[in-house]
Amino acid sequence: MTPEMKGFLLLTVIKLIVVFTVIMTGVALLTLMERKVSAWMQNRMGPNRVGIAGLLQPAADGLKNILKEETYPAEANRVLFLLAPALSFIPALLLAAVIPLAAPLPVDFAFTLGPLGAFAYHGLMPVQVADLPIGFLFVLAISSMGVYGIALAGWSSNSKYSLLGGLRASAQLISYEVAMGLSLIPVLLLSGNVSFSVIIAEQQRGPWYVLPLFLSFFVFLVSGFAETNRLPFDLPEAESELIAGYHTEYSAMKFSMFFIAEYANVVTVCMMVATLFFGGWDIPFIHWDESGGVLPTIVTGLIFFLKVFFWIFFVMWIRWTLPRFRYDQLMSLGWKVLLPMALAYVMVIGLATYLIGDVAHIASPVTRGLILFALNLVLGCGVFLVLDRGNVVSGSERRRVPGRRAAPLRVGG
Amino acid sequence: MSIRTVEMALSTPGLDAEGRPVQVPLGVGGRDTAESRIPGHYDEDFGAEHMLVNIGPQHPATHGVLRLVLELEGETVKRCIPHIGYLHSGFEKLGEYRQYNQIIPLTDRTDYLSPMANNVCLALAAEKLMGIEITERCRVLRVIACEMSRIISHLVWLGTTGIDLGAFTPFLWSFQERERIYNLQEAWTGARLTTSLTRVGGMMADIPDGFEAGLREFTRTFPNTLREVDTMFTRNAIWCGRTQGVGVLTAAEAINYSLSGPMLRASAVDYDVRKDRPYLGYETYDFDVAIGEHGDIYDRYRIRLEEMFQANRILEQALDRLAALKGAPLNVDDPRLILPPKRRAMSDMEAMIYHFKQVMEGIKPPVGEAYMGIENPKGELGYYFVSDGSAKPVRWRIRPPAFINLASLPKMCEGALLSDVIAINASVDIVMGEVDR
Repeated sequence: MTPEMKGFLLLTVIKLIVVFTVIMTGVALLTLMERKVSAWMQNRMGPNRVGIAGLLQPAADGLKNILKEETYPAEANRVLFLLAPALSFIPALLLAAVIPLAAPLPVDFAFTLGPLGAFAYHGLMPVQVADLPIGFLFVLAISSMGVYGIALAGWSSNSKYSLLGGLRASAQLISYEVAMGLSLIPVLLLSGNVSFSVIIAEQQRGPWYVLPLFLSFFVFLVSGFAETNRLPFDLPEAESELIAGYHTEYSAMKFSMFFIAEYANVVTVCMMVATLFFGGWDIPFIHWDESGGVLPTIVTGLIFFLKVFFWIFFVMWIRWTLPRFRYDQLMSLGWKVLLPMALAYVMVIGLATYLIGDVAHIASPVTRGLILFALNLVLGCGVFLVLDRGNVVSGSERRRVPGRRAAPLRVGG
Repeated sequence: MSIRTVEMALSTPGLDAEGRPVQVPLGVGGRDTAESRIPGHYDEDFGAEHMLVNIGPQHPATHGVLRLVLELEGETVKRCIPHIGYLHSGFEKLGEYRQYNQIIPLTDRTDYLSPMANNVCLALAAEKLMGIEITERCRVLRVIACEMSRIISHLVWLGTTGIDLGAFTPFLWSFQERERIYNLQEAWTGARLTTSLTRVGGMMADIPDGFEAGLREFTRTFPNTLREVDTMFTRNAIWCGRTQGVGVLTAAEAINYSLSGPMLRASAVDYDVRKDRPYLGYETYDFDVAIGEHGDIYDRYRIRLEEMFQANRILEQALDRLAALKGAPLNVDDPRLILPPKRRAMSDMEAMIYHFKQVMEGIKPPVGEAYMGIENPKGELGYYFVSDGSAKPVRWRIRPPAFINLASLPKMCEGALLSDVIAINASVDIVMGEVDR
């Protein structure tokens, strides 16, 4: 093995450990954030007893879950019952490995470590565990593995609530994956590559993709909510209907693993949104961040963190605001609205890029982006006008939603 | 279809011939075999067409100890069978062994979300039986008690229905307002639940100092919260989708099921006891009654929301009247009905005699019967007394609005989805204390 290969391996292991630690700590802090955000929206204090401002609450929760008794329902399929939390936990953690967290860091070292031999690395180190050439395809592939954990958990628990939750989850995740995958095709069309680093580089040259591909962003965000089982799409664990859905029968650490997986999925989706549509670690309008160096890496890392943080907050904001969909409404939203929309959008963007690039010969990514943005303004307004007519939700009779006193009132005596 | 019917399978599990508890089967409508025709025989559940899901009595969304057994085909409900009685307390029978004033604490515990209104209804029924005319100030205070109860009950309904449909935040907003009105209630009656506010011929207590100012402040600021909830729900596409066209009852069905209150009015039936058989001088207050059009959950929601605005209006008017009646007598001037002040009972011979007779013998109404129905938050609450001239009623009967409204649940759930059942159940606004009595 050459010293360069060993150096690469060493860095990868370090990055693995760092990313894993960051994600796990982040997830723990997210549970606290969720409670604090909800408390803020509901005029409450939130947890504030454990540690300063409740900062140790996640640790206390984790400790509690580790110390709790592991219970198994009678006649549960033990093997699958044990396997299911791991099956949903592992893909959730794998996903964060391919997303670039900051600008590439220039690394230059060469040293010898006893019997292990020489280690060396020269050049820019991408701040991600693996800069996969298949980029977001990997994310889509691995994220669809998560459904096995949930479906198996629902089936192996030997409980009707769990079974219904598991079935709902499988149907929901599979349906929304289609829309999610299709919504990313325009990104591929514009950037010409599925690799995250190329997508970020393309967004540095032109506008962030949220402008030229707004509808893609919208479809991706909605399917992202559905993929993470968060309200308004939390039917698999619909608390008021199915107690806790697929993890009704789970206790202690096994339950915690579902919980961690959910939050890790939220982090991944928010990272994807930030990377694919908001320029990743890019700071807009300046090129200092691409100059390379330790300081740009730190600053861009912070910028990326801020973007992800905003989208995580957005997810929580939605969760504590909206009611839950009904199962058939969820399905019709996925198959009848989002899927055709994403499909049509692929064609529109394909045609537009062809016209702009090959017919009008506009090579500048900025001009191209702005033209597409204008197109999206028109399309977006049209789509939202259609969606807002009450069509989203099937099974509801279309009804004028009047003001407060519109129910006919009998006045006086 | 096998002969294993839902009723047979779902009767509250008893013991089989060998003394083991009979299990609820996993499904019904499976293979039709010779064994399955034997009554009480459960073959293996493999191959059953419909799944049976037991919701309650410890399910988070059944609002107490209601038990629903659902026969599901996929997620579609084929049948819904409510099982009640888990909270049966025998209030009606207990009432037959108590004097009229002693029954009032029992009414606290029936519809425990509007105890003050129940107290008022019982006092009114007893007064009707005895032919007592109460004072004007007492009437106004009872109206205030009724409308406070309406707001409390509807706020709980609003919050819990929000939770049932997945929206958690409005729950805490409405409970915050409920807390404010509960504080007022606590200041007046000394209790948050067991208020026992009224007495035959008057009230247990006059309002305390500062109550009027506190209630005024509440009526001023309360609509703001209601408007916030209105913003969250009324035009929300998901909320509309979950509630519109779900659990529909036509006007004829609503009347046939003998529904009352917001459930009935949502089905476009114009009936409100406060308007149609006025009591406590409700005919002199200026308020509107909301009538729905479609008879679905959405209309029930809109009507309850509107009723809170209207209750607020009534409270404002009642407060104005209360200010004008400052210093007027609260209880009827009849020593046979109202206990003399403690100080006089200990020093004045006549007062002591009346005190003794009331406590030892009770108030004796004439022979006869009386029914008094009032518009409770959940519908028409009726108390019916039969008297043989003694101090205790021979029969006390409650017309429980929640129980009668609940009877329409299986009809509404037929063909609905599992999620709809939860929403429909929430829209009925049941209180199990009243359903099971």
